[in-house]
Amino acid sequence: MQREGQIRIPSGCAISGIINKSGKRMSGEAIIKSIAVMHDRSNGLGGGFAAYGIYPEYKDYYALHIFYDSPYAKKECEEFIERHFDIINLSKIPTRKIKEITDEPLIWRYFVIPLHTKLYESQLEERDFTEKCVFRINTRIDGAYVFSSGKNMGVFKAVGFPEDVGRFYRLDEYEGFSFTAHGRYPTNTPGWWGGAHPFALLDYSVVHNGEISSYDANRRAIEMYGYKCTLQTDTEVITYIIDYLNRKKKLTFNEIASVIAAPFWQTIERMPNEEKELHEYLRIVFAEQLITGPFSIIVAFDGGLMALNDRLKLRSMVVGEKDDTTYIASEEAAIRIIEPDLDTVWSPKGGEPVIIRVTGGEAKCR
Amino acid sequence: MPINYIYPDYEIIRNPDRCITCRVCERQCANQVHEYIADVDKLSCDDSKCVNCHRCVSLCPTRALKIKRSESTYKENSNWSVKTINELYRQAGSGGVLLSSMGNPENYPIYFDKILLNASQVTNPSIDPLREPMETKVFLGTKPKQIDRNENGSIINNLPPLLRLTMPVMFSAMSYGSISYNAHESLARAAAELGIMYNTGEGGLHEDFIKYGKNTIVQVASGRFGVNPEYLNSGAAIEIKMGQGAKPGIGGHLPGTKIVGDISRTRMIPEHSDAISPAPHHDIYSIEDLRQLVYSLKEATRYQKPVIVKIAAVHNISAIASGIARSGADIIAIDGYRGGTGAAPTRIRDNVGIPIELALASVDERLRQEGIRNNVSIIVGGSIRSSADIVRAIALGADCVYIGTAALLALGCHLCRSCHGGKCNWGIATQEANLVKRLNPEIGYKRLVNLMLAWRHEIKEMMGGMGINSIESLKGNRLMLRGVGLNEKELEILGIKHAGE
Ligand code: SF4
Ligand code: SF4
Ligand code: SF4
Repeated sequence: MQREGQIRIPSGCAISGIINKSGKRMSGEAIIKSIAVMHDRSNGLGGGFAAYGIYPEYKDYYALHIFYDSPYAKKECEEFIERHFDIINLSKIPTRKIKEITDEPLIWRYFVIPLHTKLYESQLEERDFTEKCVFRINTRIDGAYVFSSGKNMGVFKAVGFPEDVGRFYRLDEYEGFSFTAHGRYPTNTPGWWGGAHPFALLDYSVVHNGEISSYDANRRAIEMYGYKCTLQTDTEVITYIIDYLNRKKKLTFNEIASVIAAPFWQTIERMPNEEKELHEYLRIVFAEQLITGPFSIIVAFDGGLMALNDRLKLRSMVVGEKDDTTYIASEEAAIRIIEPDLDTVWSPKGGEPVIIRVTGGEAKCR
Repeated sequence: MPINYIYPDYEIIRNPDRCITCRVCERQCANQVHEYIADVDKLSCDDSKCVNCHRCVSLCPTRALKIKRSESTYKENSNWSVKTINELYRQAGSGGVLLSSMGNPENYPIYFDKILLNASQVTNPSIDPLREPMETKVFLGTKPKQIDRNENGSIINNLPPLLRLTMPVMFSAMSYGSISYNAHESLARAAAELGIMYNTGEGGLHEDFIKYGKNTIVQVASGRFGVNPEYLNSGAAIEIKMGQGAKPGIGGHLPGTKIVGDISRTRMIPEHSDAISPAPHHDIYSIEDLRQLVYSLKEATRYQKPVIVKIAAVHNISAIASGIARSGADIIAIDGYRGGTGAAPTRIRDNVGIPIELALASVDERLRQEGIRNNVSIIVGGSIRSSADIVRAIALGADCVYIGTAALLALGCHLCRSCHGGKCNWGIATQEANLVKRLNPEIGYKRLVNLMLAWRHEIKEMMGGMGINSIESLKGNRLMLRGVGLNEKELEILGIKHAGE
């Protein structure tokens, strides 16, 4: 059977996200409840979560979550990690045996920091170095797959329904200030854990519902900048685009939204001069990062979340607020189940980003 | 002693029951094929002079005329075709090089015809261009290397000069001289109305057309005809012509008989002198020389105009393109071996160069591998025949296409491939006043506009079908293409999958 990455598999999905603006930490239970409501939007072939603020005691270290197919892969990968990083802590990721989740790979977690000497030799910035190493493991070491590599955050994903995946990873035992979740409805059955979502690179993680029509244009463009789209999924390419625009090109999240869900030219024509010039500039310079076709995404990053729809709003997405907590989901029901008494609830327009930043707590705004 | 007779290729058939001896055909045929014989009150014709341009056929009021391939044939031979034999006889008689015009008509594979397009079903909605915005605007030129911000953190507009087009099509270079004043006027007016560009070709810019400057690309070729600072500054972009798909490796020759009046003035050469464009630019023998020319043209226009370098698609195209992408040029135009010409040696036209589809695919991929794809935009031409070819070219990686032959067809050209004779019955490839006036620019420009608007609509429909609502998301989107009947190597070069995969 072909794995994710060897073929391109379209899929429909459910997404959900919660963030506390003051950085107050909450348990992962709420997000499991939320995504479980949208059970019918998944088909048991992939589910997952990204959780931010969960490793305060290791917040200065990259948390690598890795799937291994075999002990050999683990050995080879660990040797690689040891050659490039200082390992502060390593362990199996704690899981619960449940009958709904089977065939699990070896799932390990490492808290690491690049070795000084290696970093110096590479002449790279720390995050570029880590990113390069992640790509190296994922493309060169057979049977090893890094699916989470940020600081003070982690991705937990598997083949199964998302609520089962949550229980499997004991997500209710983690506390974070923001969570996102994904339930997948692939139209094919690769059944590989690495192919589940969220997709993450460093602190960026993306959950996505939709199927983008610009995929190959986006992929071929981003690969020019050293990214390798090994999974052939929309979410993967969207994550790289966000990493490229935010981390490498230093665009703000508002600017990023104007690139990937750019306003139509006819809208730009009607803007006041300064705004018009900016939007025209972004569309011309980052033409290849425009994403077309239906999508709703939640991008989580160090210090916040961004929810965004494609410019025609071809996928549903609802945002609700209660005090200092913001909820985002494909369906309103998935918000009401955890917070029936919302202050406000609305459906953002196509291409209009909702950006929430954490102001207090442990996360810093960037 | 062989007899120098070749049976005519075409036979003119006149239905005597229909012919009313109005003599229109006689007046319309500049090749003097038809002749009225007063004695018998009938028309006769000399088939041997007919080039099959269909002018008489189209204008005969009673539809009395048709033209057939003549049936007379040599003894059949798969190796020695009639064409080959006749060409050999001609050369044995004249001792000369054979001349031809328009694009390579030989039976080589047409890759565009072996590439099919995608459409959305179920997992992804198609988009209706009549209900939703569907964007075809393109910008050609280099992209800024870095984002600069001012002290408030706002982005500074550091865009280099760009060509702005309402759709990814431009009219390719056809010089005043090789085509008529009226043909040029039609192209210029259509480009202005459509918000696209036409191209002066190497014959300079007629003073009457300076007003279309915003929609004009001015060309600098090896003959440097009509080139001066005013000329360079009057267009929206400058194109350096290094090569042409129909005749890679050789220059051009406009015979002195055509260098009369306005043409001699526009080209800035004396009347009746041959206008010879040398094969190479004699100041460009290597890539670093090209760089110097690019920058001298930029200096001459104070860095306000993008510079295009046009090359013919030849074997080593991707390495050449990679060199050009580092030469300071903003745009590369690649012309395939099917591209048209006003005159070229037959052997060159029919045997030199490579298909544009393969050239485009490998250049786009190579520039991406080297990380320099955004240094330049890519225009491809030779031969784009329909909106579907445009969609294929964009999906393979082009930013824009050039059309030449297709534009001339819209003006009435019937592809008789006799432009080099200078007696175009449709008023296009001729300078004879009585022929030129047959092409009414008022009608000509409208037909060009019609064609482009029709194609634009078709492009939008095909994009909508794929669920794409902006042309930039189609660019290089090779997953939208599938090959049919192509072998592994061809698929690999095109970077596409086979249908069914
Ligand atoms: S050359 Fe053209 S106009 Fe003349 S006879 Fe042939 S088809 Fe008719
Ligand atoms: S134009 Fe037609 S009808 Fe008139 S003379 Fe010629 S063949 Fe006869
Ligand atoms: S431009 Fe005129 S001469 Fe040339 S092919 Fe077309 S119809 Fe024939």
